[in-house]
Amino acid sequence: MSTAPAIETIGLEREFGGGLKAVKGIDLAVAPGEVYGFLGPNGAGKTTTVRMLVTLLRPTGGRATIAGFDVATQPADVRRRIGVALQEAALDLLMTGRELMELQATLHGIPRRAVAERAADLIGRVGLANAAERRVGTYSGGMRRRLDLAMALIHAPEVLFLDEPTTGLDPTSRTTLWEEVRRLRDEGTTVFMTTQYLEEADQLADRVGIISDGLLVAEGTPAALKAEIGAPHLDITLGGEAPDAEAARRALEPYGACRPAPDGAHVSLQVADGAAAMAGVVRALDDAGLLVEGIELVRPTLDDVFLAKTGEHLEGAAEEAAPA
Amino acid sequence: MIRTSLALARRTLLDAARRPQFLAPLVIFPSLFLAINTGGLHRSTDLPGFPHVGGFLDFQLAAAMTQSLLLGGVAQGIGTALEIESGFFDRLVASPIPRVSIVLGRILAGAVIALGQVLYFVAIGLIFGASIAGGLPGLLIVLAIGVLAGTGFCALGVMIALRARNASTVQGIFPLVFVVLFVSSAFFPRALLSHPADWIASYNPLSYIADGLRDPIISSVSLQPVLEGLAAAAGVTAAFVALAVAALHGRLREA
Repeated sequence: MSTAPAIETIGLEREFGGGLKAVKGIDLAVAPGEVYGFLGPNGAGKTTTVRMLVTLLRPTGGRATIAGFDVATQPADVRRRIGVALQEAALDLLMTGRELMELQATLHGIPRRAVAERAADLIGRVGLANAAERRVGTYSGGMRRRLDLAMALIHAPEVLFLDEPTTGLDPTSRTTLWEEVRRLRDEGTTVFMTTQYLEEADQLADRVGIISDGLLVAEGTPAALKAEIGAPHLDITLGGEAPDAEAARRALEPYGACRPAPDGAHVSLQVADGAAAMAGVVRALDDAGLLVEGIELVRPTLDDVFLAKTGEHLEGAAEEAAPA
Repeated sequence: MIRTSLALARRTLLDAARRPQFLAPLVIFPSLFLAINTGGLHRSTDLPGFPHVGGFLDFQLAAAMTQSLLLGGVAQGIGTALEIESGFFDRLVASPIPRVSIVLGRILAGAVIALGQVLYFVAIGLIFGASIAGGLPGLLIVLAIGVLAGTGFCALGVMIALRARNASTVQGIFPLVFVVLFVSSAFFPRALLSHPADWIASYNPLSYIADGLRDPIISSVSLQPVLEGLAAAAGVTAAFVALAVAALHGRLREA
């Protein structure tokens, strides 16, 4: 397998009319077979970056290569190697799923005799075999997304671009798409996926890049990024008539850095070994005669990383946190 | 390029067949105009200088065809603009096809629809008492000029859509279709138009297209109007296809 990056950008920039610079010099490299999550809020420059990488927008600075081909000077070679599912599943609602798949196969130069079989295979793979003869206008949002994904895969691309593939989907449809992305990763397809859902990036991405205001502000594996901003901690709520956070701090000193809250009823304890420390902590507090009303292990999330790197929360984080 | 253009043309035709509300106005509106004109102005044929015709319907058929073909161009323009707005155009641009296929596919579909439009008005004419004086050769000439002109008008619509990028702007050219058509000899003989309409009509390619469509209907085939009609239709098609392709490349360059 080639060790050259499947996607590489060096100082990639895009300036629009009126001097608006949406992408301000991005350097990234995605290895073949890697799933790269590109995280950022609306307007951060995610979609502009993707549109440059899939040859729909010309970079105004820097360069980008896909499978070794320059997006600006070799766009036709790039297009032959990529599959693209853009933010809005741009489908012809009057055509049936099968007709659209066959059109896409023809556009990608799949031999005439193989078109029907390839289309049927992929429609089946994304679970739309029973809906293949229905017009796309009758499909749900999740079905359209799955069809869009199948269309992007019609020519078995080396690199697949998914621009916010699950935005607006119900949890079941989201899970189905995740499974398909995992399967693609197992098959060795490079996936570049923008998302504003932290859980999605956490679940699927081998590495995550965080873009804010046109700049890549952090990059790494989800675990490394989370570790970078801090260890897990225990949020302890003390009970009883007169909770004594200061006494708790003294009792918990051997376990790690402990910070009592000003209300006297809460203590935050940094623990390197997470859940394993819980039993000992409870025992220590009990030995000190303190009543424990609640204890919760809090691990850093990608939203914490996002907050630390950009100074703001990601919109999708609130959506994810909201009860279903 | 041929395979992808034909595939995209087929898609446009399937869409048209499944969206009758887009296709119907192309023939309904000119049919109503034809009925009103023929009913209310049929005595125009008595005017001195009016060409000898079997009836005013025979004369007006070419006008209805031209009007319908122009509306066909507007419809293809709106279709292209909707494709841009919906993002389907981006899907095409991101696929490894010759760029010109995107334009050619739609224009080819427009040519097929144009054939249907001309045949429809021939059928309407024959049903309501008109005749094709030029016989089968005359009919073939009408079809040739009609399809060629329809192709050119589609290219015009596509070009405007690629420049405007939104359907409402393309719809805005609808009234212009009538202005350009009324300053041609489509509805009335050029000799009976007053100045400066007659002067404008003599430079309006629609006059030659309409006259070329009309001549084989109202008389035996005569070379000059037919050749002028074919030349005007071919000129319009060549010019607008070239401009549409240039508009596509311009749009892609601007991206």
